[in-house]
Amino acid sequence: MLSARTVLVFARLAVWEASRRRLVLAVAVLTLIVIAATAWGFSKLGDPTLDRGHPLSETELRLVTSQLLIVIAFLFAAVLALMAAVVGAPSISGELESGLALALLARPVRRAEMVLGKWLGLGALLVAYALVAGVLELIVVDLITGYVPPHPIQLIAYIAGVGLILLTLTLLLSTRLASMTAGIVPLVCYFMAWIGGIIGGAGQALGNATLTAVGTVTNLLLPTDGLWRGAVYAMEPAAFIAGLQEAGPAAAASPFSAAAPPAPAFLAWTVIWFLAMLGLTLWSLHVREV
Amino acid sequence: MIELQEGEATAVAASPAIHCLELTKRYGTTLALAGLTMTVPRGEVFGFLGPNGAGKTTAVKLLLGLLLPTAGEGWILGRSIRDIEARRRVGYLPEHFRYQPWLSGREVLGLHCRLAGLARATWPEEIDRALDLVGLRDSADRRVRSYSKGMQQRLGLAVALLGSPELVILDEPTSALDPVGRHDVRQVIHHLRDRGTTVFLNSHLLTEVEMVCDRVAMIDRGRVIATGTLKELLGGHSVRIRLTGLDRPQRASLARFGGVEDDGEWITLHGLVPDRVPELVAEVVAMGGRVYAVEPRQQSLEERFLQLLGREG
Repeated sequence: MLSARTVLVFARLAVWEASRRRLVLAVAVLTLIVIAATAWGFSKLGDPTLDRGHPLSETELRLVTSQLLIVIAFLFAAVLALMAAVVGAPSISGELESGLALALLARPVRRAEMVLGKWLGLGALLVAYALVAGVLELIVVDLITGYVPPHPIQLIAYIAGVGLILLTLTLLLSTRLASMTAGIVPLVCYFMAWIGGIIGGAGQALGNATLTAVGTVTNLLLPTDGLWRGAVYAMEPAAFIAGLQEAGPAAAASPFSAAAPPAPAFLAWTVIWFLAMLGLTLWSLHVREV
Repeated sequence: MIELQEGEATAVAASPAIHCLELTKRYGTTLALAGLTMTVPRGEVFGFLGPNGAGKTTAVKLLLGLLLPTAGEGWILGRSIRDIEARRRVGYLPEHFRYQPWLSGREVLGLHCRLAGLARATWPEEIDRALDLVGLRDSADRRVRSYSKGMQQRLGLAVALLGSPELVILDEPTSALDPVGRHDVRQVIHHLRDRGTTVFLNSHLLTEVEMVCDRVAMIDRGRVIATGTLKELLGGHSVRIRLTGLDRPQRASLARFGGVEDDGEWITLHGLVPDRVPELVAEVVAMGGRVYAVEPRQQSLEERFLQLLGREG
């Protein structure tokens, strides 16, 4: 049986390392700068426009804010994916390469406890980042423009999900590949999945079954784009969604819009994907010679 | 294999510190360990010797569950090496030691107390005792990043000593240490033996092994080629004597003390124990010879090792 106590020792160690290596501080400072910059940008939205000479109407402001927020959220999701790959990649392979893991694994410790602990610790950091950065950004936007996206909790949950998926894939690769490779491959996959989603959307808009299938397959292999669309849906005002639904399949072409929330079957698949990847990671390290 | 052990080669004694039977490790077509069979009794300092690439570190990693055996079985303190509980009473200093550079020495030891499952109340005392033993008390609160290679090896030794383990496995424990550090490690090993701890010392520094070990096993190409106490392994005594005043037949008559090797100036008598040196000198003087020098010699571990490797090769 796995020991929850040992898992927590490794989880704490992962968080401790991120904090001692000043990763937490660096990310916090950068995030505050980004939030301050977006706050300044949103405060300028209310200014009179050049061509009309008067400010945007409340409906226009709402629409522009919601669209800008989607782009900012995309930036946060990409930063989260990047963080997941950067902190996850060396966490197993780096310790195996340097010999750091030898002294740890010679203790009465199961390798699965080490993997789960690292996943938990790094995952907690990513979720905390998504939560803190997301809440701060939403509060700032609310204070400046008075706009709050319709489903803020779902928004943060979907973005955190993107980070966790990347982390899980990175840890799996980290059990077998060198740190550098284990970090780069998931990031390339992340952007490929995003492009796959765009191709799938174009397929829907054009009624092209092959292109649609490309989107579906990439989303099954790496469900990050599907979760991203969930985050987009959570940020769209009802009127905008109604417009998208009216536009029909053509609306699916944009990577920054979603006419419907992720299907329950897709969410179930995402959970299965998580469990399968975690299981594969545990097995991969279990049978590895160190 | 040359069997020098005292009769109990295969019998599992009442849970020896380490026992392995035909422990084998194969990587593809490379045979890293070819059926290692040996027993390490409790309470002794056991030297595990072999040339580079003989399979020493592979054997240690198999014993600690870091590698999975291709065949064979091993037991540590009476438990199978496949059982993680076997490692609870074991301390280990890896050959390629490295500890979290972003922690302080004291924090690294705290982490290992946690992983070893020691009662929290005992941590401060355990950590201070280990730090004192390896002489790191003054640097304990500095980050490991700032440690020299030698200090990191001392820290590794402290990690291995936490919780008074019954078996301490040291893989090349002095590779990064200066002569003072090596002396300190020998002191630590003597301290462990006095306390009744079994020490499994993996080393290719034969003089060092000779200084601290009670018993050794020599391995080559993944097999034990000799095992026994140092006394059993290094049985070959000889005496060199430089003399004048004896004619050829008189010199040859010294054969009754041992095998004679005469180079004209020195006579070497093989197999002569040091206790018989006065008798030899008296005999030479009685025959009218004049003695200038007498050098009793014991075969060194290195000589024995090279001899065994040559014989095996």
